[in-house]
Amino acid sequence: MDWMAWTWPTAIFFIIIAATLVVFTVLAIKFPETPRNGVLGIETTRGDRLFITLLGSAFINLAWLGMLSAPQWGALIVCLIYAAAVFRWA
Amino acid sequence: MNKTVNQKAWFLILPVLVLVAFSAVIPLMTVVNYSVQDTFGKNEFFWAGLEWFEEMLGSQRMWDALGRQITFSAIILAIEIPLGIFVALNMPKKGFWASLCLVLMSLPLLIPWNVVGTIWQIFGRVDIGLLGHTLAAMGIDYNYTQNPTAAWITVIVMDVWHWTSLVALLAYAGLQSIPDAYYQAAKIDQANRWKVFRFIELPKIMGVLMIAILLRFMDSFMIYTEPFVVTGGGPGNATTFLSIDLVKMALGQFDLGPAAAFSIMYYLVILLVSYVFYTVMTNLDKRDGH
Repeated sequence: MDWMAWTWPTAIFFIIIAATLVVFTVLAIKFPETPRNGVLGIETTRGDRLFITLLGSAFINLAWLGMLSAPQWGALIVCLIYAAAVFRWA
Repeated sequence: MNKTVNQKAWFLILPVLVLVAFSAVIPLMTVVNYSVQDTFGKNEFFWAGLEWFEEMLGSQRMWDALGRQITFSAIILAIEIPLGIFVALNMPKKGFWASLCLVLMSLPLLIPWNVVGTIWQIFGRVDIGLLGHTLAAMGIDYNYTQNPTAAWITVIVMDVWHWTSLVALLAYAGLQSIPDAYYQAAKIDQANRWKVFRFIELPKIMGVLMIAILLRFMDSFMIYTEPFVVTGGGPGNATTFLSIDLVKMALGQFDLGPAAAFSIMYYLVILLVSYVFYTVMTNLDKRDGH
């Protein structure tokens, strides 16, 4: 595994992503759902909303890093608000 | 829609997931690991945090390459999609000529990228190439190794030559699937050629056209081999697209950290655009009731 140059922060990042995917898979099996039409005008399932959240969060973090000189945890707060909005209204 | 979605079928794609894990996920994880570290070789890494991302976001070089890349993709889409539809509309519908056209249209698609690059590299040369020599004889100042405009034209014409037939073949397949009844109804209504195209053919081929746009966008956004073989990214940096710049950075300068941060951002842009296309495509399918 040496060649993959692991670090603890990146390992934790991937563990969280993997755990989220497992939780959402279990949720999808235990509680099958009906796709719904939200503010984005497209049909979304929980999985879609998770994908939109993760992809959007990546861009929020990059925008924060590129445009503001504030600490990065600020972006995380914005991402949490964004995630809540996506899961509630998208 | 009240039907619940059964997600268990996803387990059927487990074998593919295992394959993809080795060919894509593990390398991608490695790139993420590289993007937060610095290395001087010998597999020794030092923590750098978000420094490379910050550096790349402020790098004029990356924004320039992104600008060139977007311009390139926009130009080739603006040419290849209408041209492909035009070719498909004018191809014979059946018989020997239809088969011949299909074979001829497939030929450019069968040629490997580096060979296409080599063909055009020689074709455009002023000393020995048919195109370059002819243009020079006509008094046109064409030299793709020195003139950025000539380099751009060469790279664009090469891409159009290589890939328009893909769009044409997809559009042709879409056109072939339109039942005759639609054309008969249009004839009864005395619709002219434009109206037949606008209200029958175009809506009916929209699905495959979206696939064509998606494929051509992704391919052109990731293009490397052809322009690299023809122009090597030059003259200067005129045709240095994102992937050429990325390879220069990662392999030429061995700046693995910045290159990893760069490639993650590159990947995110492609993922975003592909997701938008995918969503539009599936929504079109649902609207058409497939």
